[in-house]
Amino acid sequence: MFECKTVHKWFWVWDFQKEEMWLNEMAGIGWVLDGVGFCKYRFIKCLPEEYTIRMEMNNAEKEYIGFMKETGADYVGRMVQWVYFRKKMEDGQFDLFSDLDSKIQHLDRIGRMLLIIGMANLVIGLANTFNYINIGWINLLCGTLLMYALGRIHGKKEGLEQERILHE
Amino acid sequence: MEGDKVMNDNIALTEATYYILLSLYTPQHGYGIMQRTETLSGGRVKLAAGTLYGALSNMSEKGWIIQLPIEDGSRKKEYKLTEEGRIVLNNELTRLKQMISNGESVMKEEQNV
Repeated sequence: MFECKTVHKWFWVWDFQKEEMWLNEMAGIGWVLDGVGFCKYRFIKCLPEEYTIRMEMNNAEKEYIGFMKETGADYVGRMVQWVYFRKKMEDGQFDLFSDLDSKIQHLDRIGRMLLIIGMANLVIGLANTFNYINIGWINLLCGTLLMYALGRIHGKKEGLEQERILHE
Repeated sequence: MEGDKVMNDNIALTEATYYILLSLYTPQHGYGIMQRTETLSGGRVKLAAGTLYGALSNMSEKGWIIQLPIEDGSRKKEYKLTEEGRIVLNNELTRLKQMISNGESVMKEEQNV
């Protein structure tokens, strides 16, 4: 049996790079990600520095996951739209995006998702408020937070787009 | 008209696009493209899997490459350059050659002065 442990941790969506860094620090000390849930990460024991972890927002059809497997990466799991992969370090460097264009497209995917859920929350929140349903403020709060997240992601994207003017 | 379309699509390729097309001069599967690109560029250009996947979908849509029918016993998809892709690659090579010769002639003048 593999030795395993579960850690509960919260990351804001604009901190997804920090989340990935933390997962790699865990792998660095011998705990590799083996499953994900809502604010929940399951790790199993591995050799220190045995794996690289990468995550991205993607609808991830079967075809994409199959493609990743062909390149030597393991599919760990998904949490809503976030998918997690791992690859043994001995099988080479592991990155999901190698140029600015695909990094910008990734931020676009995150932005679109935030915009859809954010707008939905604002609309529901406003409808509830006008209909005197008391819990409307929860949706308004969520909607506002999601719009803030969208702003943070947009800021990251603008930074990359500035760079893209000069090089790939 | 066809020619116009290819020319318009070929303003300047990204480095990833260029090396993927070059790798597909002979049919390759995804991982093969990554390895071939790394070898061709002397280890400088490393295509990441997500970037490669997006580029392959785009290029298939444009008709620059096609996916070969999957053979029995192999689950890996192979891709191949099309005639249109070959034209795109050729145009890019012409563009790059011009860039090099422009660069060299200007820099030489500078040195002579």
